[in-house]
Amino acid sequence: MHAALNHLLGIEPLHPSQITAILDLADSYVDFNRNPLKHTDRLAGLTQINMFFENSTRTQASFELAGKRLGADVMNMAMQASSVKKGETLIDTALTLNAMRPDILVVRHPHSGAVDLLAQKVNCAVLNAGDGRHEHPTQALLDALTIRRAKGRLHRLNIAICGDIAHSRVARSNLILLGKMENRVRLVGPATLMPTGVADLGVEVYHDMAEGLKDADVVMMLRLQKERMDGGFIPSEREYYHRYGLDGEKLAHAKSDAIVMHPGPMNRGIEIDGDIADDINRSVIQEQVEMGVAVRMAAMDLLMQNRTAQTQDTLV
Amino acid sequence: MGTQTSILFENARLVDPVALSVTHGSIRIENGQITTPGPANQTIDCDGRYLAPGIVDVGVKVCEPGERHKESFKSAGLAAAAGGVTTIVTRPDTVPTIDSPETLEFVTRRAQAACAVRTHPMAALTKDRHGQEMAEIGFLMDAGAVAFTDGDAVVTDIKVLSRALTYAGQLGALVIGHPQDPGLSDGAAVTSGKFASLRGLPAVSPMAERIGLDRDLALAEMTGAAYHADQITTVRALRRLQRAKDAGLNVTAGVSIHHLTLNEFDVADYRTFFKIKPPLRSEDDRLAVGQAVASGLIDIISSMHTPQDEESKRQPFEAAASGAVGLETFLPACMRLYHSGVLTLPQIFRAAALNPARRFGLAGGSLAVGAPADLVLFDPDAPFVLDRTRLKSKSKNTPFDGQRMEGRVLQTFVAGQKVFDHAA
Repeated sequence: MHAALNHLLGIEPLHPSQITAILDLADSYVDFNRNPLKHTDRLAGLTQINMFFENSTRTQASFELAGKRLGADVMNMAMQASSVKKGETLIDTALTLNAMRPDILVVRHPHSGAVDLLAQKVNCAVLNAGDGRHEHPTQALLDALTIRRAKGRLHRLNIAICGDIAHSRVARSNLILLGKMENRVRLVGPATLMPTGVADLGVEVYHDMAEGLKDADVVMMLRLQKERMDGGFIPSEREYYHRYGLDGEKLAHAKSDAIVMHPGPMNRGIEIDGDIADDINRSVIQEQVEMGVAVRMAAMDLLMQNRTAQTQDTLV
Repeated sequence: MGTQTSILFENARLVDPVALSVTHGSIRIENGQITTPGPANQTIDCDGRYLAPGIVDVGVKVCEPGERHKESFKSAGLAAAAGGVTTIVTRPDTVPTIDSPETLEFVTRRAQAACAVRTHPMAALTKDRHGQEMAEIGFLMDAGAVAFTDGDAVVTDIKVLSRALTYAGQLGALVIGHPQDPGLSDGAAVTSGKFASLRGLPAVSPMAERIGLDRDLALAEMTGAAYHADQITTVRALRRLQRAKDAGLNVTAGVSIHHLTLNEFDVADYRTFFKIKPPLRSEDDRLAVGQAVASGLIDIISSMHTPQDEESKRQPFEAAASGAVGLETFLPACMRLYHSGVLTLPQIFRAAALNPARRFGLAGGSLAVGAPADLVLFDPDAPFVLDRTRLKSKSKNTPFDGQRMEGRVLQTFVAGQKVFDHAA
């Protein structure tokens, strides 16, 4: 039996049944969010602080909306501009915030492991909104929910994750989650963008899109960061697009009903062709965004339920 | 120090790193030196405990001048004595760098005034460790520098390095290198592999060490200089070291006690006290390096004592400072190698006392008559749990915090004077 979750720091510590529980609850929030009136008081009176040490528009907006729809008081802190620049350590920042008695901290940080470190020092629930190139658990959960709704199941699927695997926390969380749910995961990309030793993690590695996409049920594209494009990891944008950009020709190697995913924001004409990205029969990219809000509501709701249950246990 | 009394250590197990033996017997010291056994005006019954030459630790960072809040000569001396270390050879990577006879004299003066154990300074090979102009190697030798190193600031300009080695070689000076290709290892926090990939940490291939060593060995061959690689930690580099020694080059190598006792997985959930340079390696590497110490291919074990304050370690792993303190845990950590059968006690003291003394041209490291009375009395089986807050170092960044250790220093003597007593 696994312990109840206090934080959502990554996919790695989750049991498959916990993943399913979050997805099941998220499913109900998808319906809820489609109502014209989408507000509940489940987290009323609780304080949620979003601490983003790295720029984000989409993820921060998604967490903010999720908290507000659950009735929490939400505060956003842009940490680049704050005392972090004055040399305060991350732990000092955490202790300061902790003294303000938040209930939920949502944290994004450019360094791997930074969110774990912070979680050790505070009393509230911490959600990892992306740490360095380590994990981005809510992204993997929203991807899983999108796949489950599109394919009707989340097991025994051929899933190809393509592009810059080495620098991607999305790729890590996804390959761990999809592996736990017993799917066949392939990583496709140039060797310079592939982490070392990754073949030991129970995935198949391909450097050719045609081979990697063969019979895939799901094609997951990753964003190629601008700073990696010129000469360092790949020779040029155009060569990358030619060899690894997803277009109709490459997608034809996948199953005819394969879905196309992307965590956004997209570079059309670099890792993905515009026609594919906007093809409503193949692309589920807009659904991913919708699922994002629902999954984050579910995760925060469950963490707060666990906390209430634990408080009651100690009272008995 | 007044009149030196003579002491007879009776009923001891004597660890002799020259003969590679452990014998039951006694040792007499007088006037700070080991003498032939005989009557003495004080007798210590060792109760069958082990008596060995004091450890000679090369590459210790004392943070004077510049960062005395991290480690002073006083605190380093106390930590050393408690770890069975009787001689420390200090690093020049202070603030400012020890690269002139004037700064070297400051260090020497502070050490004499405050340090409980013997100290010998190293000096920088190039000015400010910038790898551009060589330091005043001759003046620095006259002022007492026992070796020259830029530490982990690898000299990238091969022409500069070859000239510095040539100049040092002509003076008979020992040059210490840090075999790491600086381009490949730039920004790395851990060794590349499955663990690094899962944790999402910037990583360096272990090949960077072999590339760095290959370059340095070629230059040692070219210039004839005496060269010591500070830390060899990978199996790939060992083969190159063996080849260079077989070819008769004036080359030796060391390894840190942390690389001999820990591996890359000890970092676990981003524990920054396990962030060291070079990064911890695979278990295969760790085992191979231990065997290399046993065979004598690797000559020297050192602590690579690197104090860091809480601020610089209380950071995300990538941003945290590198280094671990190791003086006070030197002997207990070495006992892990003894208990696991990797090294015998004489082999440990060959690598931790005899070889460093010989390579750096220092007295000590043996129990021979006439050797300095630098001794450590220890119990290899005494168990304890390490509590970092009780370390004598000003900085408490030890990777052994909370761990079970087996082996304790009971008493330490420098020049016949007791500088540490566990019972005290």
